[in-house]
Amino acid sequence: MTTLHHDAPDAPEPVDVHDPRLTRLDVVKEGLRRDEIELVTYESQFQGTNSKAEKRVVRNIALLFIIAGLAAFAFLAFYIFWPWRFQLGHTAGDYFTPLLGITLGISLFAVGFAILAWAKKLLPHEVSIQARHDGMPPTDEQKITGQTMIFVGDELNQGVQRRPLLKGAIGFGLAPIGLVAAAPLIGGLIENPHKADQPDLFTTGFSPVKNGGNQVRLTRDDGTPIRPEDVSTGGQMTVYPGVPHGATNEYADSPTLLIHLRSDDAEETRRNADGDRRNRGSMWGDYVAYSKICTHAGCPASLYEQQTNRLLCPCHQSQFQITRNAQPIFGPATRRLPMLPLGVDEEGYFVATSDFKDTVGPDFWERP
Amino acid sequence: MKRRTGKADLQQAPVTFAKGVDERFQASTPLRALLNKVFPDHWSFLLGEIALFSFIILLLTGVFLTLFFDPSMTETAYEGAYPALRGTEMSQAYASSLHLSFEVRGGLFMRQMHHWAALLFMASIVVHMLRIFFTGAYRKPRETNWVIGMALFLLGFLAGFTGYSLPDDGLSGTGLRIASAIMLSIPVVGTWVSASIFGGEFPGHLIIGRFYIAHVLLIPGGLLALISVHLGLVFKQKHTQWPGPMRTNTNVVGERMFPRYALKQGGFFMAVFGTVALLAGLFQINPIWLFGPYRAAEVSSASQPDWYVMFMDGLVRLMPNWQIYIGDYSIPPLFWPAVVGLGFFTTAPMAWPWLEARKTGDKRIHNLLERPRDNPERVGIGSMAVTFFLWATISGANDVIADKFHISLNAMTWAGRIGLIVLPALAYFIAVRVCLGLQQHDREVLAHGVETGIIRRLPNGQFMEVHQPLGPVDDHGHPLPIEYGGWVVPKKMNRVGALAPAVKGFFFPVEKPSEAPVSPGMPPISGDTREEITSGRK
Ligand code: HEM
Ligand code: FES
Repeated sequence: MTTLHHDAPDAPEPVDVHDPRLTRLDVVKEGLRRDEIELVTYESQFQGTNSKAEKRVVRNIALLFIIAGLAAFAFLAFYIFWPWRFQLGHTAGDYFTPLLGITLGISLFAVGFAILAWAKKLLPHEVSIQARHDGMPPTDEQKITGQTMIFVGDELNQGVQRRPLLKGAIGFGLAPIGLVAAAPLIGGLIENPHKADQPDLFTTGFSPVKNGGNQVRLTRDDGTPIRPEDVSTGGQMTVYPGVPHGATNEYADSPTLLIHLRSDDAEETRRNADGDRRNRGSMWGDYVAYSKICTHAGCPASLYEQQTNRLLCPCHQSQFQITRNAQPIFGPATRRLPMLPLGVDEEGYFVATSDFKDTVGPDFWERP
Repeated sequence: MKRRTGKADLQQAPVTFAKGVDERFQASTPLRALLNKVFPDHWSFLLGEIALFSFIILLLTGVFLTLFFDPSMTETAYEGAYPALRGTEMSQAYASSLHLSFEVRGGLFMRQMHHWAALLFMASIVVHMLRIFFTGAYRKPRETNWVIGMALFLLGFLAGFTGYSLPDDGLSGTGLRIASAIMLSIPVVGTWVSASIFGGEFPGHLIIGRFYIAHVLLIPGGLLALISVHLGLVFKQKHTQWPGPMRTNTNVVGERMFPRYALKQGGFFMAVFGTVALLAGLFQINPIWLFGPYRAAEVSSASQPDWYVMFMDGLVRLMPNWQIYIGDYSIPPLFWPAVVGLGFFTTAPMAWPWLEARKTGDKRIHNLLERPRDNPERVGIGSMAVTFFLWATISGANDVIADKFHISLNAMTWAGRIGLIVLPALAYFIAVRVCLGLQQHDREVLAHGVETGIIRRLPNGQFMEVHQPLGPVDDHGHPLPIEYGGWVVPKKMNRVGALAPAVKGFFFPVEKPSEAPVSPGMPPISGDTREEITSGRK
């Protein structure tokens, strides 16, 4: 086998394309020559015209196109006539989307295969070779362009070199303009997380300060307050601050888990809580409340395992030991869940005697 | 006035028109060059096309979705067709996504097509990238396209994440919350970044609107620009090709772009589109109505992000709880996998082509691909990266695995941590060994010939297998050594024409080839040398 190059000795000669004796293929070949392409193989895939094999292939391709058309019609028919509205229970409407998918899928597949088969089986088999032009030795062009660029640079530079005033002025003038372009784009977006007196970062809906100085009740998601007897022993409940919209995402940091511990667990929990500066006195009876917002990345740590008194966060499996100040004992969380100081008001409903004493939610650089 | 002779005029019309166009735009030369451009062919060159076609499907279906989707976080009470959620407070975004799913004819189908196309888009980018890596297609002069490819992955990742967040359902809200936590974890400026992006504290009222414009305009715009440059470069630099008969570093062997190559691309696009349609029709994806609206206090367990985000989720899960304290300040452990990790893994590989060239001192231009086995070191490093990625991805589902197979979660996490360090090293070692083994086998066949499966008993009672030499033999019938050509070495008798060729393709053979075909797909079995089919290593 020989290595075929565009400049191989058998490269075709240029021809005059206006020569009337040339066939169309001859003209095409002249184009190929100019594009440095050599058509090495170009032959029909069939022996003779109208061979049996050819007819068979043509039939198959025609069949594929027809299938495509039929499936496309079926798609339209289903799309227009099939009941599609959602209804409860098992209805014909359940099959609407699958039917669309199947008919459209078949239709597109059939078109695709028909075209592929056409290209692969009917068109003449061809091998062409085209020359590449990368990695060529440097040409005059490189030199000329390079020199031109340097020349342009010089033109600008000399002016500035000889005129120092210009230099300073340009620097002084352009830098602020660049900033002007950036300022409104970025400046408008910048939001100071610390601007409020009571930055949202450090407070939750349980803060009495934001509630006119009154202690905030613990409520269910429908806003109803909670009495101690509403939570059975060993049970737990997700509670929200009893303020307007307290259970909505406006107070995304506030959801709290209220747990009624068994008395022996409660005792251990109290011992640990009282041994801690921040959590001292925060329990109420056998009840303890922890922020539900995981200190890792903010998912609700919502899987409570009664046997071991562990709270598991479903997002990255951090585990918190309820009886030991919700200390993380496994997983990527580093910080315990803040405890909400509990009390009961004169009407017998749970309140938060103050906001969380620790910052709720995911950790950050300047957390106190 | 001259009378018009209708027929002749009509026939002449296209010619006149074409002449007119060319006089104005001088289009004929570039157009001819385009029609004639030669493309090499190999199945693995289609992977990038799948990505391109899925992107087109994303554009088409995405535009449809925008006609119904309302990117607003205003709360409303749902009154739509889905009974289980009627009366529930939810954002307009979520309500309009439900509307799109239940009350727009074919809306659910479009949503599912969009989502499946997104998964396919990312998958084909990754597999395409592996093809590029393992065959060394990124070497000079194609480093730029390698960098663009990495950037496309990163942008696709962001497109997917912002899109996933738009419906504002229970899952996407949880994802957003984690995103905000990731921003918070950045040292010094974390709280500022989060507050600026969310417009205050999480979740605020702006984020869906902001993500929306990013998702439908900014990111697709960026993708479109990068994809255009990417394809433009492929066009300009011409596609790489496998070594083989007639193929050299300075030519392209294949077929002209028109008609055959272009036709095949069109057919392939239809097939990809058909696949997405089938997936979207038959396999439910992201059934947002089951997740409910996002509530900060609720999460469904086993909530998994899309697959291309899972590796990051896995890394976050495996990260030990190491917090760094600096005076009164601290860096939470989330920072390392989610910010540094993601940043590193999507940008550091960009430097790879230059790192490799520097190490091997190879400054040459490479238009011929390298078989993976011929560069064991590269394959080893690639296998390392793949193993790391896969293991991190699997760890992103470690709770599901623990649950399904009744393994303790803690054991899964530890297995994940240890595996993340040990397995890539192991993969490197194994991959290098496998490559060397394959190389050895190739050399053996070149030296001794193909195993024929015929056992001959010698007069002295010894058994030996008969080998079919691949090239000329010397006076004793021993094969003369053949130089390795960087391409497939035939290992079966039918590959050298001694048996009927194996039937390939989805049709039965049109005609039985009478002799062994010599097509570009066939291995070079003659020993003459071509330029530069080296493995790139000295
Ligand atoms: C190029 C990459 C793109 C990716 C990877 C992508 C990905 C996604 C994903 C994963 C979703 C969630 C789908 C769901 O609800 O299940 C989504 C939603 C959406 N995308 Fe895209 N998308 C892309 C481009 C586009 C474009 C170009 C548009 C429009 C011009 C668009 C418009 C939308 C809209 C309106 C939604 C929300 C619809 C809804 O969830 O109800 N996307 N996208
Ligand atoms: S958010 Fe709870 S473990 Fe990550």
